[in-house]
Amino acid sequence: MKLLECPVNGIRPMSEFTYGGEYRNMPNPDTCSDSEWAAYVHYRNGAPGVKKEWWYHAPSGTWFIAERNTMTDKVSRTYLLGQEEAK
Amino acid sequence: MPLGLLKYGLSSEHPAPRFFRDCTEPKKSYDAVIIGGGGHGLAAAYYLAKDYGITNVAVLEKGYIGGGNTGRNTTIVRSNYLTPEGVNFYDASVKLYEDLSEELDLNLFYSTRGHFTLAHTESAMRTMRWRAEVNKHVGVESYVVGPEEISKACPQLDISCSGQAPILGALYHAPGSVARHDAVAWGYAKEADRMGVEIFQMTEVTGIDTKGGKVVGVNTSKGYISTNRVLSAVAGFTPRITEMVDLDTPIVIHPLQACVSEPMKPWLDTILVSGSLHVYVSQSSRGELVMGSSLDPYEFHSTRSSLDFVEGLTTHITDMFPFLSNVKVVRQWAGMADITPDFAPIMGKTPVEGFYLDAGWGTWGFKATPISGKTMAETIAKDMAPDLIKSFRLSRFEDYELTGEKGAASVGH
Repeated sequence: MKLLECPVNGIRPMSEFTYGGEYRNMPNPDTCSDSEWAAYVHYRNGAPGVKKEWWYHAPSGTWFIAERNTMTDKVSRTYLLGQEEAK
Repeated sequence: MPLGLLKYGLSSEHPAPRFFRDCTEPKKSYDAVIIGGGGHGLAAAYYLAKDYGITNVAVLEKGYIGGGNTGRNTTIVRSNYLTPEGVNFYDASVKLYEDLSEELDLNLFYSTRGHFTLAHTESAMRTMRWRAEVNKHVGVESYVVGPEEISKACPQLDISCSGQAPILGALYHAPGSVARHDAVAWGYAKEADRMGVEIFQMTEVTGIDTKGGKVVGVNTSKGYISTNRVLSAVAGFTPRITEMVDLDTPIVIHPLQACVSEPMKPWLDTILVSGSLHVYVSQSSRGELVMGSSLDPYEFHSTRSSLDFVEGLTTHITDMFPFLSNVKVVRQWAGMADITPDFAPIMGKTPVEGFYLDAGWGTWGFKATPISGKTMAETIAKDMAPDLIKSFRLSRFEDYELTGEKGAASVGH
């Protein structure tokens, strides 16, 4: 069984989690160009590497960030958004 | 044949003909370089040579030919898609497949079985009716059938699915077929080689050299090759290639797993797909049940297979066919699927002059092998994409003109 550490509930089985995609910064819709906005909506960084990703612990309704290597599936750390330093 | 085998066995040389030359040292330059020796890349090489007389072409494959997703899919060929653009495109592929064994002079075991997409809910039935109407409009033989007709075609199927998900009907697609997938790669390789194309296995592309927004060459593990036309046909490795030319795409890689059972006497004539149960199954010509499932749920660049997958798949297969509970799974594997947001491929020219993309093949690439090769060859030869693939262009995302095919994906993803 695969395991993942929820920053609130500790280590739980992977089946309790949902993947939310890579963490991305939204450009300012009032000032960015149309093509910057289209790129934000559609384009993704598909190359392998360590990525900051959104994950969701479904039983407790917790969204958090996991840093995961998409080549090895190894998670280096998980934390609630904005609490990166505290960890 | 047994006598021939004996003769080969006793011979000190290797009298069996090779399918293609054992190329080792690439030339300094080629008219076109194709990255990826799968079905798509080799088909593009074949049609470049055959349709346009462009034979000074190198196909670079970092592993062995057909060892990627060409050899990892569940070999289903069909054209019962959702958009008219998709139906036209895949129908052209089915038509090429039907004559391909003869054209390539190699038995591809192309076997037309009929294809049922089972619907277990009213909303699934609605999608089946929609697809049937689009298919009929384009001239593809698909129609909605009820449970009696499904039972007649496949009496072994438990229509109630063990009471879990009773089948209400299905989209029947007469041209649905299976083929021997590795032979498709070998056949295209053999004929492309015969016309002069050079195929390099164990040759990895490490960089793409551009000057002023134009392709001028590729760096490989066997040295630098200059060329001004490069086709990337690498499926799950696409983001690593597009990164070399700073090209953004929506492609994300998810593993897609499949497995086969031990061989049985033939009993399953048709191809069955259930979106709700996340299963597609057919029986291969050597008797194994070939079974596939939905995508793994998150991005992962790996071809390792998991116990979770087999447990999930076999649970659903035994809902459909309870008598299979004692049958063994003998092999399981994964491929890296290059998924796009609209479940349609990305084909054609790119903002980098001379860099052509044949990608975004997700879970639907094998069936498109002949037509993608043919249309990409035309795109490279004329530096212009034919009308058949215009709605698959990369720029559709910036134009918000997506080609929504998710409803025609084999199973709910």
